[in-house]
Amino acid sequence: MRKHADVIFEFVSLGALLVALAALAALVFDLVSDGGSRLSWQFLTNIASRNAENAGVYHALMGSIWVIALTGALALPAGVAAAIYLEEYGSRSRTARFIELNISNLAAVPSIIYGLLGLGLFVRLMAMGQSVMAGAATLALLALPVVIMSTREALRTVPNTIREGSYALGATKWQTIWNQVLPMALPGVLTGLILALSRAIGETAPLITIGALTYIPFAPDGIWSKFTVLPIQVFNWVSRPQPEFKANAAAGILVLMVLLLSMNAIAIVVRDRQQRRGRA
Amino acid sequence: MNATPPVPASLAGVAARPGQHVNALDSPVKINVDGLNFFYGPKRALDGISIQIRAKLVTAFIGPSGCGKSTFLRTLNRMNDIIPMTRVEGTVLIDGESIYDAGVDVVHLRRKVGMVFQKSNPFPKSIFENVSYGLRINGLVKSKAEMADRVEESLRQAAIWDEVKDRLHDSALALSGGQQQRLCIARALAIRPEILLMDEPASALDPIATQRIEELIYELKKQYTIVIVTHNMQQAARVSDFTAFFWLGRLVEFDRTDRIFTAPAEKLTEDYVTGRCG
Amino acid sequence: MTTRTLEWIIERALFLCAALSLLTTGGIIAVLAFETYEFLREVPVLDFLTGTEWTPLFSNQKFGVLPLVVGTMLVSSIAMVVALPMGLLSAIYLSEYSPSGFRRIVKPVLEILAGVPTVVYGYFALTFVTPLLQQIFPTLSGFNALSPGLVMGLMILPLVSSLSEDAMRAVPQGLREGSYALGATRMQTALKVVVPAAFSGITAAFILAVSRAIGETMIVAIAAGQQPRLTGNPFVPIETMTAYIVQVSLGDTPQGTIEYRTIFAVGMLLFVMTFGLNLFSTWLRERFREEYA
Repeated sequence: MRKHADVIFEFVSLGALLVALAALAALVFDLVSDGGSRLSWQFLTNIASRNAENAGVYHALMGSIWVIALTGALALPAGVAAAIYLEEYGSRSRTARFIELNISNLAAVPSIIYGLLGLGLFVRLMAMGQSVMAGAATLALLALPVVIMSTREALRTVPNTIREGSYALGATKWQTIWNQVLPMALPGVLTGLILALSRAIGETAPLITIGALTYIPFAPDGIWSKFTVLPIQVFNWVSRPQPEFKANAAAGILVLMVLLLSMNAIAIVVRDRQQRRGRA
Repeated sequence: MNATPPVPASLAGVAARPGQHVNALDSPVKINVDGLNFFYGPKRALDGISIQIRAKLVTAFIGPSGCGKSTFLRTLNRMNDIIPMTRVEGTVLIDGESIYDAGVDVVHLRRKVGMVFQKSNPFPKSIFENVSYGLRINGLVKSKAEMADRVEESLRQAAIWDEVKDRLHDSALALSGGQQQRLCIARALAIRPEILLMDEPASALDPIATQRIEELIYELKKQYTIVIVTHNMQQAARVSDFTAFFWLGRLVEFDRTDRIFTAPAEKLTEDYVTGRCG
Repeated sequence: MTTRTLEWIIERALFLCAALSLLTTGGIIAVLAFETYEFLREVPVLDFLTGTEWTPLFSNQKFGVLPLVVGTMLVSSIAMVVALPMGLLSAIYLSEYSPSGFRRIVKPVLEILAGVPTVVYGYFALTFVTPLLQQIFPTLSGFNALSPGLVMGLMILPLVSSLSEDAMRAVPQGLREGSYALGATRMQTALKVVVPAAFSGITAAFILAVSRAIGETMIVAIAAGQQPRLTGNPFVPIETMTAYIVQVSLGDTPQGTIEYRTIFAVGMLLFVMTFGLNLFSTWLRERFREEYA
């Protein structure tokens, strides 16, 4: 009897897991069957249009690339610098402990709240308007906790003997960090950055909140340009009643997912190369 | 291939006792330590160490593991500074200047007092970059040609030049363990320190690589004041002029090496060097 | 001396970057508090928190936030009914039963599930799950709480599963061996020994999941509707706090109007709720770490 219960429990547990995996399969199947036929070169190069047949994601794709590139450019230096401070300088001070606690809480603040911060701070107070810059600054704040936490992990993998070796040669703390510690931690830092950006590229709510446009007939031409991004374009199409636009939404999602999965793949390659080098 | 250098003639026949002035050597005092205490948090790791280390000779620190010999070595270039929650009391004078005074530039100190670690720790960069690093960050050379000269000079001094001269730009991690350790010695020599601290430099090496390091130490003492920590008593006997025996954070006995190993003043030292304890 | 000055400047600069996170928190609170204060000068706080009608965008404006709060709770509860038991069971399977090869394949797949953008889940809920459910419940409205709730549960499941699994794997092997030695089955060991031992870690995961569900935006903005109503019925259109913020942001609401300020007041409420849950979760996790440090 006990034996039966044990086997049943094992299968129930496995079942729970398989249901989740089946749902993912259903999601992928649904997307491909809805949007697969809409995917074409035109879809990537056409601009948004009132006519579903002619509509494409060009502007949204360009907008996403602009925003994500700028997000990375903002989040990387700030995140790495913060991580270096917490890991190499102040790891034991009370202030550092408080900052750490704050960062782990920020990581769990809903993204739409960051949107409200961006709206109040960047769009209005700093008068950036609904620009690529305002969007990227908002997403950079959102990505920062992830970049900081993964950079700290990477710094922790650098053996202390390397730091000692450098100090023993008369290097200062910063020379040691800049010349020895950071280069060794770089692959880990980049992996974390790419993962943070692959999350940011799918963010919709904060950008809607700061007022990124849902329809925009041009690609950004600078950081002060207005913009839209792929997930907002998808949201726009989903919200329309006509079924042709649903197909466009599915196709837009497929483009987004390909972008996102290739970013993840890059991160995995970087991480593997790092691990292989670590073993050598 | 002389692995056991003879005891220097200048040492012959004169006794040196703990705390006494060692007048047997014409060599001046390079490092003068007085009443040094060291704490990890509340735990006392070194207790009232006083010792005078002489220039251009080899001084060995021996004792069982955990006796404080490595900790003491690391107080001589303030390497323990980077370990949090540690504290030092007492004085350490190098060339008559206190290294723990408030105004002392630690970076400057470490340039003068080089260090080689127990486990070789080459940077994951090229052989050339490993040796040139100290020169570059300290701004010690003016031209590329001078840099190349200094790198070659250091590698030659560390007796590794012939093995690496054709692959200076290969990764240092591709070298064998013994070569890596000699590279680390070359790296330390490049910035022309006056004192070289060696923390069990051969403990991870095979006997042949160990022998090469020992020969190297014998060569290097012509130019450098060398302090070596070792758990291997034969090694201490082979390479050093003076030997200090540590036990539970105290300096038990400090004397000429030949006396420590043949006629120690303390019973504890005798028990240790003859293998009866530790 | 110049190198020392330089080192000092660098350390200060690095500290400022670290302190940026404090400024972010401070900025969030300041922005929300400022607009909420302006909002509460026009709407009494009691009317806001206990009112049962939310119609700021109509001519007959009412500012009772309860319908949005209840809508949020309804969807989150449905999500939790899916995510907590299934996430926990998945974690038990992965931690206590699964062969390591299987685990190596499943973990990355779960990570993909966690990395799918929420707008995609919104699409899935609206165009796949809702029509499917309508075949079972013909009365189900095109916009409803049920479908986004279920999909949200699916989205949160990997979070619950991976954090719970981490907590269970941290339970010392000795406890399991002790249990087996007394003749317990694997199920008994998992349920009576491992899960209780990892209890605070698992609870921390659950609370974080609740916080995530409350703050989730796009799924509900797409699939739950835009009709704030005080109901526990999962079959009819509702509106959550997050979906309301999106709804107003999509329109052209001028700065300084009361409609504009409502999103900050709702945002403030959302922030207080999630931040409280996050703090509680962090505290629990710290406690768990101490137990097995």
